[in-house]
Amino acid sequence: MVLTFPHMGQMYIPAKAFFEEMGIETIPPPPVTKKTLELGTKYSPELVCLPFKINLGNYIESIEKGADTIVITGSCGPCRFGLYGIVQVEILRELGYDVDMLILDPPREDYPKLMENLKKLGEGKDFKTVSRAARKAAPIVIMCDKLYELAVYKRAREKTKGDTDRILNEFEAATEKIHGADGIAKLLKQYKEELKQVPEKKGYKPIYIGLVGEIYTLIEPYVNLNIEQKLGLLGVHVDRNMRVDWWVRTHLLPDIPLRIKEKIILRRGQPYLGMCIGGHARQTIAHSIDYARKGYDGIIQVMPFACMPEVVAQSILPSVSKDKGIPIMTFTVDELTGDGGYNTRLEAFVDTIKQRKRKDKGRKRYNG
Amino acid sequence: MGECELYLGIDVGSVSTNIIVMDKNLNVLEKNYIRTQGRPIQILKESLMELSSNLPLRSTIAGVGCTGSGRELAGAIVGADVVKNEITAHGMAAITFLPDTSTVIEIGGQDSKMIIIRNGIITDFAMNTVCAAGTGSFLDRQASRLNIPISEFGELAEASKAPVRIAGRCAVFAESDMVHKQQMGYEVEDIVKGLCIALVRNYLNNVGKGKEILPRVVFQGGVAANRGIKNAFEDMLGTEITVPEHYDVMGALGAAILAREETKKSKITKFRGFERLKDDFISTSFECNGCPNMCEIVEIKIGNQIVARWGDRCGKWAEAQ
Repeated sequence: MVLTFPHMGQMYIPAKAFFEEMGIETIPPPPVTKKTLELGTKYSPELVCLPFKINLGNYIESIEKGADTIVITGSCGPCRFGLYGIVQVEILRELGYDVDMLILDPPREDYPKLMENLKKLGEGKDFKTVSRAARKAAPIVIMCDKLYELAVYKRAREKTKGDTDRILNEFEAATEKIHGADGIAKLLKQYKEELKQVPEKKGYKPIYIGLVGEIYTLIEPYVNLNIEQKLGLLGVHVDRNMRVDWWVRTHLLPDIPLRIKEKIILRRGQPYLGMCIGGHARQTIAHSIDYARKGYDGIIQVMPFACMPEVVAQSILPSVSKDKGIPIMTFTVDELTGDGGYNTRLEAFVDTIKQRKRKDKGRKRYNG
Repeated sequence: MGECELYLGIDVGSVSTNIIVMDKNLNVLEKNYIRTQGRPIQILKESLMELSSNLPLRSTIAGVGCTGSGRELAGAIVGADVVKNEITAHGMAAITFLPDTSTVIEIGGQDSKMIIIRNGIITDFAMNTVCAAGTGSFLDRQASRLNIPISEFGELAEASKAPVRIAGRCAVFAESDMVHKQQMGYEVEDIVKGLCIALVRNYLNNVGKGKEILPRVVFQGGVAANRGIKNAFEDMLGTEITVPEHYDVMGALGAAILAREETKKSKITKFRGFERLKDDFISTSFECNGCPNMCEIVEIKIGNQIVARWGDRCGKWAEAQ
């Protein structure tokens, strides 16, 4: 078995470490590029959402490098994500690729099937090996997100534009040549130190923008047209409510404090959207309220074109914006690679916030 | 009296390129509205050259501002003091000329915007670039299909007594609806008015979704010349719509105003001068092979000197100028 998985931001770094610790041969897909998008759109149903197409492109590129098994998480909610793995494997087989698709659905849906898939995935490894690999890979998820969090902080404040991204690019190139959790951990530490050294502008107070929306679009920079980097280069401190470590900690790890915190945040969204409608619509609304409470200056919702849960959230957000007095903009992405229109909107949004801030100086800010 | 200080505002849109020259008291001396025709560099050079010969003697350009989707390109060619997005530029112009503006409706060739202003500050905006049904190009196309000059479109709509309902959600639906109604024998003016109403309905539902539209409402952009659209807005919003004197070049005007602010601080303009515009500008593009992103890099050269590069994600080309 040669394993692969779809890309989602920097998720490939801990995922690769985990499977390598397990002793499973893994081929992470090449970074998402125009070619990935082209392959994906060519073979996907035209009307399906963008993440589906990028996933499919990833698989094909990985298979051509030698992968024969794909692992993907599943879902049985009302959102189309639940169909991804099932439809994608059909498409791949029709294209003549003999691949196996291991879909990991939530345990409450089909427990025996999940166990069967996990057993296949584990290749008969004993429990000790698996738990050892998990224990080694889990800190990497968190370290990796911490590195990118630091990058966001530095990018908004860096003295010389581009310093932060240069270091990140070097880091990403370096991960390709390193195998195993220990090596990756060392690399993460090394680049974190380097990032810390990036000189900052003295006394600069950035504006704060919170990103909410569909999880994949938020996390995968190719798909969201590098929104984090673009805002960062405009001198904005960005935070997003979805991270890989957040997902792992609230779904896989027994991180009780974070789960409770998340529950409290979700409860605040209740008056606007009282139930789960699939995807992360509830989180989008609840976290928008949370950002407003923390004193953020603006919120941007990011979603793929025609994403059902986020479309619902989009129509609720103007009420949140009005009640909480915070500007909210929606950013819909599709197969576009020309980013002119997006840059205009981001720049205008930042301008608007700056003007607003000049008007009501002295509002309290939450730092943290 | 010394030399007269002038400010240049350039708005390079996808369909038209607008250039204005104003003095420091906001009097517009020159106004140039031309089609971009897919050749922004050449069009810009030609019209600037033409403009320079019309300027008063003993005058200097004290500041240049660029806006529109081609703003980076234009900024690199002329040497701009300010390169700003269209929203800020349009909003700035409206606030400067009509300080009590609360809402700006702007419909251009390829996009439409709504800018919400409160107490002289842009507080919110919406912009639509994906949908063609709410833009000037669509009106243009339908006018030519009906064989009506676009300048008479508005008058014709005003003559209608019983507008036909046209689907406005999507340009494709609208067009097939129009063809269908025309084949059923409806009057052209009723179809035209129906189209105006459909466009306004689509704009308000799409761009104006969830926005509080308060008077004074200012209507800018090329489409503001169309009285049919203006009337449809007035009917639907139940408020008077103001079309400013320079409605068609408000973006360029805003850019010039921003340039005036900027040069007040910097004291010196980055404008290259009209003479340098005679030089050959060469724009080339290539694919970077540094990583699998394969970014398309655009490079602008004057002679052998590289004046600007963009298109890269990592910034290595933009830096290496």
